[in-house]
Amino acid sequence: MDDDAMMMSNQDRLIYMANQIARNLSAASHGMAVEAVADHIASFWAPRMRAQIFALQAEGRANLTPVADAAITLLRNRDAGLAARPVGAIGQPEQQ
Amino acid sequence: MSFSRETDHGTPAVITAGKSVTLTIDGQSVTLPEGTSIMRAASLLGGSIPKLCATDSVESFGSCRLCLVEVEGRIGYPASCTTPVAEGMVVRTQTERLKTLRRGVMELYISDHPLDCLTCAANGDCELQDQAGAVGLRDVRYGYDGATNMGQAKDVSNPYFDFDPSKCIVCSRCVRACNEVQGTFALTIEGMGFESKVSASQGEGFLRSECVSCGACVQACPTASLIEKKVVEIGTPDRAVVTTCAYCGVGCTFRAEMRGEELVRMVPWKDGKANRGHSCVKGRFAWGYARHQDRILNPMIRASVDEPWREVSWDEAIAHVASEFRRIQARYGRNSVGGITSSRCTNEETFLVQKLIRQGFGNNNVDTCARVCHSPTGYGLKTTFGTSAGTQDFDSVMQSDVIMVIGANPTDGHPVFASRMKKRLRQGAKLIVIDPRRIDLVKSPHVEATHHLPLRPGTNVAMLTAMAHVIVTEKLYDEPFIRARCDWDEFEDWAAFVAQPARSPEAIEPLTGVRADDVRAAARLYATGGNGAIYYGLGVTEHSQGSSTVMAIANLAMATGNIGREGVGVNPLRGQNNVQGACDMGSFPHEYSGYRHVSDDATRKLFEDAWGVALDSEPGLRIPNMLDAATEGAFKAIFIQGEDILQSDPNTHHVAAGLAAMECVVVQDLFLNETANYAHVFLPGSTFLEKDGTFTNAERRIQRVRKVMAPLNGYGDWEIVQLVAHAMGLDWTYDHPSQIMDEIAALTPTFAHVSYDALEALGSLQWPANNAAPLGTPTMHLDGFARGKGKFVVTDYVPTDEKTGPRFPLLLTTGRILSHYNVGAQTRRTANAAWHPEDRLEIHPSDAENRGIKDGDWVSLKSRAGETTLRALITDRVAPGVVYTTFHHPETQANVITTDFSDWATNCPEYKVTAVQVGLSNGPSDWQQSYDAQARHSRRIAVVEASE
Repeated sequence: MDDDAMMMSNQDRLIYMANQIARNLSAASHGMAVEAVADHIASFWAPRMRAQIFALQAEGRANLTPVADAAITLLRNRDAGLAARPVGAIGQPEQQ
Repeated sequence: MSFSRETDHGTPAVITAGKSVTLTIDGQSVTLPEGTSIMRAASLLGGSIPKLCATDSVESFGSCRLCLVEVEGRIGYPASCTTPVAEGMVVRTQTERLKTLRRGVMELYISDHPLDCLTCAANGDCELQDQAGAVGLRDVRYGYDGATNMGQAKDVSNPYFDFDPSKCIVCSRCVRACNEVQGTFALTIEGMGFESKVSASQGEGFLRSECVSCGACVQACPTASLIEKKVVEIGTPDRAVVTTCAYCGVGCTFRAEMRGEELVRMVPWKDGKANRGHSCVKGRFAWGYARHQDRILNPMIRASVDEPWREVSWDEAIAHVASEFRRIQARYGRNSVGGITSSRCTNEETFLVQKLIRQGFGNNNVDTCARVCHSPTGYGLKTTFGTSAGTQDFDSVMQSDVIMVIGANPTDGHPVFASRMKKRLRQGAKLIVIDPRRIDLVKSPHVEATHHLPLRPGTNVAMLTAMAHVIVTEKLYDEPFIRARCDWDEFEDWAAFVAQPARSPEAIEPLTGVRADDVRAAARLYATGGNGAIYYGLGVTEHSQGSSTVMAIANLAMATGNIGREGVGVNPLRGQNNVQGACDMGSFPHEYSGYRHVSDDATRKLFEDAWGVALDSEPGLRIPNMLDAATEGAFKAIFIQGEDILQSDPNTHHVAAGLAAMECVVVQDLFLNETANYAHVFLPGSTFLEKDGTFTNAERRIQRVRKVMAPLNGYGDWEIVQLVAHAMGLDWTYDHPSQIMDEIAALTPTFAHVSYDALEALGSLQWPANNAAPLGTPTMHLDGFARGKGKFVVTDYVPTDEKTGPRFPLLLTTGRILSHYNVGAQTRRTANAAWHPEDRLEIHPSDAENRGIKDGDWVSLKSRAGETTLRALITDRVAPGVVYTTFHHPETQANVITTDFSDWATNCPEYKVTAVQVGLSNGPSDWQQSYDAQARHSRRIAVVEASE
């Protein structure tokens, strides 16, 4: 943040978080990064947060990076039953 | 347990046993490891050779000459403490000649010792007294008319113990305990011959000396020379109960020594596998908060935080909680409520809170204070190794050859483990410290880091990737290990990434500020120096790349084969006593106990069948998400057990706004903490001394917490949660926490063999404890990783967005100090305040000079989030451009300054990097003054007038 920036609003923070996840998972190819970001958000974000970012994206108010934008689209399609959910990526129990 | 002293075998056990030898002592044959002392051998046979300067916590010294024995075929009377056993040796410990010699020795001691046994605080608990009896001393021929050391002034400066030199026999046990056990070297014997006396530092008195008040000297003292003030005040204990400390994640076990219902002292238990008989100032002495006048003992409610509290019955308070939560859910929806479990409470209590939320509230809006400390550890180690925990036990450090400490300050945060680490370092292990500050471990008596990499805050990933670059490009990695144990393709991808020139130490030097040569040397040492062990703390996790850093650490350990045996591993040093346990118990909103995701159908069905309700398959809200939702009007009620989020969580203004927006905030705690300023219901909690349960420490060790006194508030915390559950219509039927543990074991594969009976029999268990490992698992990933193949994860360095600039040119990082714990709610209510009465801002001399700041000046500390004031401490311990403070005092509220940037994967706050400006100030800020006024207003309790 620059010196004059104030603290983020909740919506800005949600978008920031999605972009931050994308930046940290973008070392892989675009396709794999998109999957990884979508999986991560599916695993750790409550439905309310997902719904909020879907809405922000749909309204064109989400300034998402390309990876984050594609991941949110993928996630929305998954939640709507338009894309397959990954198997084993989440919900995997500890193997001990 | 009734009261009896722990057996003292006189000299320590031989750790690395060679061959065994057989000897005869007083006609009894015994076979023992070579190197064992005759004194210990006799003790193990059930005998007791008289002794004064020997105790089994320190190496033998051979000064008192009371433990003389006869050995057939040898001339003279060797000291049994310094004479090792030998094959065929025949020893006699009690002969006429020995009796005469010992009496003579004892006469000399007693001739310079007060004969005030009846009024001495150690009467009945004094080794000198015991040994005088054991040698049959009946007379002192020298009289008491000559010069003596009696009548010297006591040093009563330490708040917890007194030093009376008149009663000192100069056996050096205290000095040796300080050196060997604690590793501080604060004590010495000053003077020679008759003038010899124990001295703290340069005769400065204990309080002002380098003494860290760990209590090792007091424990080692065989007389009343060093004695706890509480023993002086109360008298000697008459019973003892073994229990587990409620401070940091080391999990020291103590004998709570009692007289009736009164706690006399906490003495570290020698059989404790985490602490091996050692302690720190907090666990040993700082338990006075348990009976502090500030404790709230009656439930209280109020309609608005502007009103004073009103004391009510438990029935009314519990019914109010249930009705409010039901009302709010009916009006705002099932997901409008949630709760927070405590890393200070027991596993059983934590399990019940998350169960209340999942089963009773019907959602997964549960989180825990680990969110703000070690949630990245959970994420990072599960991703790479397959399990969310450290890999070793504490004993493992004694097999390490290279110890790398990253973002941790063990001598302050985990002092008892730090003492073990320092012992190993004194034996010759090498030390690498990666930390912006020059922590004590970098250079302290007889310990000096081979490499200190004082990196710029926020550059951990760049630093660790540069070390990986050296290991890969110089082919220092352990290819056989990687091929056998890890996914080779993933390793190759990772190796190709880290080998890029942009990851080299030279390339990242401008980012980290650390010389490339030093980074290369440290990487080579870690990779090639033998057993390499990594210990890390919140300086790793509390960053925007906390999870990436944890994975970068795991990458280094796998690449060098430093995993899966003693002496190596990846070891998170947990902050609070039960952080590990709270995470294990399903406190996170996305997973059940044992780290199983809520979306896993089989796991969810297990819990649904056990609890008789349908459970939510979606993750719930994390603490910061709850606060965001509250400010948006969607989250209206929270149940907080044992956590003070207003003081401990970042961006205090935002936390306050979230709490203020809720209709029902329930705080269950010992004191009216800062969060309670925004609470509508206060449920008084119980201390660890007042309930049964278990804590799980940083080495996954599950240990019993035992009730030593009745809860002042009437209930253990688990009972209070059960009352709430009943009021909400749940049919819980727990009579004892052991039944809760039985349920945990039945539902959690890694806890399958954990029960109170097993803990009673074994002392402790390290999970996983199941059919595959019935006695628990001291070292993880021995033959394979929990996830199968170890996973290398590419960790690209992403700089934090919290950046310095003209308005905020300095970087603030935060931490803790030895004498205080977390938000200080407990330690501030003890005499520990003597060492740290306020938070100070550490600032480098050049930064101070540029601002005209002198040591002790009031300074303002301002960030984009807020402003506070505190006093400056000028020190070159911090680098230019970096300032540091603790967060133990609510008057300072260091988290007014910290921002809401957080770890990308877990939302763990970025406490360790905040851009700030520092300037001179006249005193507390307007905000501090208004906060203080608001807090005072909020803490009012209505006085109930007696009815006529």
